[in-house]
This record gives sequence, C-alpha cells and structure tokens, in this order.
Amino acid sequence: MKIHEYQAKQILARFGVPVPRGEVAETPEQAAGIAERLGGHVVVKAQIHAGGRGKGGGVKVAANAQEAREIAGRILGMRLVTHQTGPEGRVVQRVLVEETLPVQKELYLGLVVDRARACPVFMASSAGGVEIEEVAAKTPELILKEAIDIGVGLLPFQARRLTLGLGLPADLLGQAVKVMIALARAFVETDASLAEINPFVLTDDGRLIALDAKVNFDDNALYRHKDFLALRDLNEEEPLEIEAGKHGLNYIKLDGNVGCMVNGAGLAMSTMDIIKYAGGNPANFLDVGGGASAEQVKNAFQILLSDKNVKAVLINIFGGILRCDRLALGVVEAAKAVRIDVPVVVRLEGTNVEQGRRILAESGLNFTVAANMKDAAEKVVALAS
Amino acid sequence: MSILADEKTRLVVQGLTGREGTFHTQQAIAYGTKVVAGVTPGKGGTRHEGIPVFDTVHQAVRETGANASVIFVPPPFAADAVMEAADAGLPLVVCITEGIPTVDMIRAWEFLEQRSTRLIGPNCPGIISPGKCKIGIMPGHIHMPGRVGVVSRSGTLTYEAVHQLTGLGIGQSTCIGIGGDPVVGTTFLDAIKLFNEDPDTEAIVMIGEIGGNAEEIAAEYIQEHIRKLVVGFVAGQTAPPGRRMGHAGAIISGGHGTAAEKIRAMAAAGIHVAKSPAVIGETVASVLAGSSKFQV
Repeated sequence: MKIHEYQAKQILARFGVPVPRGEVAETPEQAAGIAERLGGHVVVKAQIHAGGRGKGGGVKVAANAQEAREIAGRILGMRLVTHQTGPEGRVVQRVLVEETLPVQKELYLGLVVDRARACPVFMASSAGGVEIEEVAAKTPELILKEAIDIGVGLLPFQARRLTLGLGLPADLLGQAVKVMIALARAFVETDASLAEINPFVLTDDGRLIALDAKVNFDDNALYRHKDFLALRDLNEEEPLEIEAGKHGLNYIKLDGNVGCMVNGAGLAMSTMDIIKYAGGNPANFLDVGGGASAEQVKNAFQILLSDKNVKAVLINIFGGILRCDRLALGVVEAAKAVRIDVPVVVRLEGTNVEQGRRILAESGLNFTVAANMKDAAEKVVALAS
Repeated sequence: MSILADEKTRLVVQGLTGREGTFHTQQAIAYGTKVVAGVTPGKGGTRHEGIPVFDTVHQAVRETGANASVIFVPPPFAADAVMEAADAGLPLVVCITEGIPTVDMIRAWEFLEQRSTRLIGPNCPGIISPGKCKIGIMPGHIHMPGRVGVVSRSGTLTYEAVHQLTGLGIGQSTCIGIGGDPVVGTTFLDAIKLFNEDPDTEAIVMIGEIGGNAEEIAAEYIQEHIRKLVVGFVAGQTAPPGRRMGHAGAIISGGHGTAAEKIRAMAAAGIHVAKSPAVIGETVASVLAGSSKFQV
C-alpha cells in the first residue's frame, strides 16, 4: 500500500526522524493559514502517489502567506502529470505546506528488502535529490549498503560506517546515527516494503532533516496495523481495482481491449503475454484464484465488462483439482447472470476437459471454445479488432 | 529417482483440521502420500480423517516418526508454524500459506539458517515426485513419473507446463513450486543444484516471473556449473512496472526484475527459453530430441 508524503513524514517523525515543520491543506485558505503560522516563507507540495512532482509543476516556493494561497489555488485540483503517473496524470486533492530550509547538502537514505539475502538492506548515498535508480545505473559506487539483522536492527557501528562513507563531518555522527537507526526501526516496525528519504538534507545550521519521504507498506501485514487503513487514499486508485479488491479478486487495469480472466497469477501474466504475441493488447490482469469458483467468475465478469475498452474476453482456466466440467458449469451460470455484449473465448484445460468444452458449446451462450492457449489468443485478438 | 520427497516421506500436516488442510490431506492420501500425523494446537489426542492429531510438531515427530511437514496455517501464525517444524528437526517443511508478512518470513529465514531444515514456499503449490509422494495442492493426476525436473514460482502456470509435458509423454522426476513471495525458503538456485545432483533428473524446466533477480542468479550458476539441459520460461513480459501482479513478489521495481532482463540472462547462460507459455512442453521435447543421451 502506498501513502502520501505528509503521512510518511508523520510516521517517520513518530520514530524520531526529524522532518520540516508543516501541515497539510485542502483549500488555498488553509494553505495561507499554515504559511502564516510558519512565518510566511514556505514550500507548497502537491500530494499524489507519484514521484517527479517538482518537474511536473507540483512543488512551488512561496514568499508569504498570500503567495502560498495563490500557489495552492493553482496546484489544488490540477491534473499533475509526472513520469510516474502516465499521461492521464493525477488530480491533486491536498498540498503539504512546509517551512523552507537552507540546504547545504542533499543525501539519500532508503530501505528495501534484499530478497536473495532475506533481510532489510539500508542504503545511503551522497547523491541525494535524484532518483536512486539513476544513481544505481550511472554511479553505483555512490550507494553504500548495510544488511540488517532483523533481530537487532541497524547497529550503531553500521550507521557510523554509513555516515562516514557519506562524507559527513564527525561532529554530525551522533545525530546521523540516531536518524538512521530511527528510520530502520520504522521500516521494520511498520512492516514497510520501502522507506526512502530523498533528499535527506544537511542544513546550513548543521541539522539533518528528511526533506521528502516515501513509505510503502507490505499489504500482507496490514492486518496488524489497523491504523494504517485510514491512510489509504482511494482517489489514487483505479475505481475498478477498488471494486475488484472488495471481491478478493486480483485485478489490474491496463490499456488494451482484450479482457482476461485467468486462475492463478503466473498463468494470468502468461495469458497477457500470449495476447501480445497474437498481436493484441490485454485490457487487464485478473486472477480469479486457483479454484475459480462460479461466484468469483461472476464477479470477474462484472469487473471486466465495466471496462468500456474491452471488445472481447478471454477466459483461460486450468482445471486441476476442480474439474473442467464443474468449472464450465460455473462459467455458464455466471455468464447467464451477467449481461454479456462482447464475444467470449474460453480455453479450458485439465481434468474432464472434453465434458467441460461440451457444456460450454451446448450452453446456448455465444462462447468460442478454443483448443489451446495459442488458438485462444489468436481467436480473441481477431474478435477484438 | 526424485528429490526431497519420495516413498520414504512421512508427512505431518500442520493445520490438518482446517478446511484446506482437510481437503488437501485427503487428496494427498489418495495419491499415495504417507500422512502420519496432524498438528492443531488444542486438539491433541483426537483423530481427524483417521489421522492422529497432536498439539505440537515435536510430539507428532516423536510419536509417528514424521520426516516432513506441510503447512496450511493462516498467515498470522504460519511463520511460527515454519519455525516450530524446523525446531522439531524436520528436514523438509513445505509452506502453502499465502499472505505471510515479509518481516515474519525474514525472521523465520534467520531461524532456519541455524538449522538443517529445507523450507519450500511460502505461497506455493508444494512439491510432488510423481507416482511417489505429493505434498501440496497441485492436481496429482496431471503428473507422470519421468526424468524432467520442474521448478517454478507459480501454481497454475506450472500445472499448465506439466500438463503439456505429460501430454507429450515426458515424465517428471520432481516438480517444485518455490512460491510467489519476495522471501522464500528454497530459491531457483537451490532447486537447480538439487536437480543437478539427482542422477535420474536429466533435464530441468525453470519457470520464472517478473520481480527480483532469482532467475538471473540461477542462470549465472547454470552457465558455470550445470551440464544438464535446461529449458526456461518467464511470465510477465507485458506486465506494467510498479504493480504487483497477483504474487507479492511479482513486481518490477526501479526498472529491475523485468521479464526481458531475465530472458536475456537465461539465453546468455545457454538455457533454452520457451517464447510463449503455449510451447513450454514442445520446447522441452525438441531440446530432448536433440540430445542423444536422453530416453523419454
């Protein structure tokens, strides 16, 4: 789960990471009020779940409260397009109004899980303010790493090693170690999948502060962080994906016109791939679950058909323990319950496949039964175009 | 022969009395797997489906001589179940549970490092040595005994590949689903090493997907050390970046973990890459046909 910068900063601050003074505003008047309280000179930052906000015009400095009001008025409600939002952009609903700081140096701090070593890894770089992927590609030697033993957390000696490696003066050691350990603790204790401070700045008066922050949570751990559920911003999500989520369906909207309904994530991804090979474009990723129950198939139909780009649907199901004849009955039942006005190609494979295909063919519904995955992809792409 | 699971496997089911545990245990027994015990804390001393139930894995192992465990425990308690099984000294633990927090798995992984247990999963279909032993949720009957080892991050996509192989008369030595989570107990590399040491596995099928770099790590090792035939496939060639494709571990992040990268690494390592999921079986058949030493 993704959250906004202002939410990430509130969480990190709770763990002892210093952040700029600031508040979030939903109207220009609120922004002006916050600027007033902060002494006038502020930065107004659009809050959307995407990077590159500055370049897209979503981050502006205001000299006084009146300017903050004007800038907030321009940013709030704007459709902000960045390299991470796609061409459609995101509508800005809130801005974070913060004190400005005299920056001497921009650094980077971040944590992710190292899958191969099965531990969190703390990364620090003197190349702050740019995307870490860019640093990794061009100057990987500028990224310092420390593996974290989850039982003890980031240890002071590791934090000292990172601090010195960043080229920070020794009189900042105490301060830097404290912030790094706090960030590492926040990562583990909030079940984050990503925590980033970029830039992590050294101010002219010798303070280390998280000027920007990004935190993503591990969805699997949300059950034990009930308070985080309130941080979810549905405006940032695709409405159909929200609807699918309510039914426990794994659905991701894409921009093609071939709707896909598949059981299992790996098979669903490969189904998208084979549609592409056949010259088409998948409209979505959809995993109805390994068992593909009639109820889930019905829910899936409803989601797929709500996407107006969908010109044809491919159902690709491997019936293993749940036999194909049962699956076919489920598909027919679901199809009868939902009004379907696009062609549907069904490819069933597995146990009792012959009976399953017969049930589909004799259902009286307008199904095209495919012999195999390749055949199914070619048929559905032809029907969609 | 086969790896990790065979006729000598004596299975304890953690979470036997739950719906999933009960159903898949019936299926495993029907396949011929020796299920010797179940564990459900608080239900020790009872029987379920004719199988003795214990409160702890230690008791189950002591009383029944179990040497492998399968876990159908809900996510909040699954990592603990893994560690309990390891602490009881079981050499093989297969965790089917999907949805375990990553931090819990990191703790379990560290715990396992101090012990000799091999964990398969979590979030996986399990492991099957056709004709001998089935530990997990895969449909047993689509498999056929033979000499091709299969290792995959996926469930139904693996069934698809296995079904293609069986349809072409190509049997399998062992099929392992290593799981779709970011942190798993057994990696591609581990499985490939085991298949390489198995004299009766002559070829290996490796089915990867987007996210992480486990496929690349395995490919590098294969290039250096493996002389057996290896066929590969990677799912998610059309997956958008930054989105989790069903599996917790299937995500392209920071431009890394793409299918294109993995396919490039596989091809560079001499792995025969199946272009489409529809031709995994055919690719294996054609590679085997080109190798004189392999008898189907």
